[in-house]
Amino acid sequence: MRLRIKQPSVLPGFGLTLGFTLLYLSAIVLIPLAALFLKSAGMGWSSFWATVTSPRVVAAYKLSFGAAAIGALINAVFGFVVAWSLVRYSFPGKRIVDAMVDLPFALPTAVSGIALTTLYSRNGWIGQYLEPLGIQAAFSPLGVTIALTFIGLPFVVRTLQPALEDLDPDMEEAAASLGASRWRTLRRVILPTVLPSLLTGFALAFARALGEYGSVVFISGNMPMRTEIAPLLIVAKLEQYDYAGATAIAVVMLLISFAILLAINVIQWVASRHRIGG
Amino acid sequence: MSIEVRNITKTFGRFTALCDVSLSVPSGQLVALLGPSGSGKTTLLRVIAGLEHPDGGSGSVLFHEQDVAGQHARDRHVGFVFQHYALFKHMTVFDNIAFGLTVRPRHRRPGRDEIRRKVQDLLRLIQLENLANRYPSQLSGGQRQRVALARALAVEPKVLLLDEPFGALDARVRQELRRWLRRLHDEIHVTSLFVTHDQEEALEVADRVVVMNAGRIEQVGTPDEVFHQPATEFVLNFLGHVNVFRGRVQQDRVVFGSLAVDAPGAAAAEGGEAKLFVRPHELDILVHPGRFDCLPARVTRIQSAGPFVKLELLTEDGQPVHVELSHDRSNRLGLHENDTVYVRPRQSRVYLGQYSI
Repeated sequence: MRLRIKQPSVLPGFGLTLGFTLLYLSAIVLIPLAALFLKSAGMGWSSFWATVTSPRVVAAYKLSFGAAAIGALINAVFGFVVAWSLVRYSFPGKRIVDAMVDLPFALPTAVSGIALTTLYSRNGWIGQYLEPLGIQAAFSPLGVTIALTFIGLPFVVRTLQPALEDLDPDMEEAAASLGASRWRTLRRVILPTVLPSLLTGFALAFARALGEYGSVVFISGNMPMRTEIAPLLIVAKLEQYDYAGATAIAVVMLLISFAILLAINVIQWVASRHRIGG
Repeated sequence: MSIEVRNITKTFGRFTALCDVSLSVPSGQLVALLGPSGSGKTTLLRVIAGLEHPDGGSGSVLFHEQDVAGQHARDRHVGFVFQHYALFKHMTVFDNIAFGLTVRPRHRRPGRDEIRRKVQDLLRLIQLENLANRYPSQLSGGQRQRVALARALAVEPKVLLLDEPFGALDARVRQELRRWLRRLHDEIHVTSLFVTHDQEEALEVADRVVVMNAGRIEQVGTPDEVFHQPATEFVLNFLGHVNVFRGRVQQDRVVFGSLAVDAPGAAAAEGGEAKLFVRPHELDILVHPGRFDCLPARVTRIQSAGPFVKLELLTEDGQPVHVELSHDRSNRLGLHENDTVYVRPRQSRVYLGQYSI
């Protein structure tokens, strides 16, 4: 029996577009990643393992993944609030607020890093009020989290906005007429409906935060074992011409990120399974 | 539980959706709100449900003589059914129906078993017992609307409000479902108010029909009353096709070309304008004029597929006239297109300016 991949269809161009997709993905994504794996394979298993389990590298992994996850979570909550108010209400200056959401996208990351460091350092505008409370914002894991939250916000807001615009107001009215309080309506009707978009936004913000380098190196202070992120370690290794070590750290990051993103995709698939044609 | 609405006004910007509307629905009745789109019928329904608020301080809404105007929609105990079902897409049929029970505060929430029993009863009522675990996207339109109805009934509402419940369904399913709704209402007797723009639906299903136009109520009555004794020209026009002839008053008769209708008491309006309204089934066709008053006309089209034979005629002065005859009568007349025939109203209504006789 012949395997039939192509379904007969009136839409032309299946062969052409699929071919192009594979070629493009190979050139842009797969070949560089394969090179990464090849390079790190050259160093042998034992030295690979020694590199990626060295305490300094493990600490950097923990900070990178931890801060990125916390930042993405914060964005999921507050990004939802921002998207909600932008979609549901009209207020003076709404367009300006809407445009401001994209700023973290547009700003060169070094600029935002320096700006955040200035704000949160001991004598900065915000830092001076945190200092007496015993909170050190800049040059601490907290600072890393702040920077990663800053750069992730647009992802959550922009993916949630269309989903919230599509939300059927009838469903909320139905919930209200059935006696549901506002809180219950939010939890049982609105959140499950926009959950797939919220997860996409979370995953994008998380992935973006993992790879962030420019803004974090300024606010973190780059103290080994404390405020070093994984991408910084990679750059450090490169500067010491330890290419194999750099790729080893990168390969582990890549595998963990891929596993996490895959898991989010599966959750998302389960959550949106029943909406076809809904 | 009776519903009473007093002096409700509602405007959206510069558009007046409801203009000083008062209405009372006796307990246990099934009442239709009938009108063209933009007549304010849906707005009235939403005001009763608490989903829309009347203009500042105007009027009141009473359930069983009790003012509910200040109450939030969730406290009014109203079952509301939406035109596009508004089912929760991420929940099964079972969870949709149980929703109203499971969101109650803990001390008023029934136990798990009781909820299950109640949902099963409702599933039996809507005849979808074996689809409890389906999702709304896996159901047909008619099935979805029945689930929406069961969901509204689960909370044992004081009144049931339905906003064009069959509007999104195709013709066959509409007919089936509205008969089912009528039977259901005869079983459970909850005071129900439903919005429709389909006069056939309103006349077939409702105990009483409320005809609305441009934010006002034109007439309230039984289906027979609004169809046979329309209070206004609008009601007459809206409830089915009607032929209109324009004429003048001469002594105590109204003259429309070669047709004259006795109109005792019209003499006062001597020389004034008058309109004659005749429904297609109230017109008879004669092959010879005989001694009756009648209008000559030419047959332009005969359409005999359906329960009646529908004729399209053209009078001498170029006015189209629609006539419905029984197949029997039509066969006896043996009509052909382009025949000249004579039209005689068996029954008619004359309107002189504002007044009807």
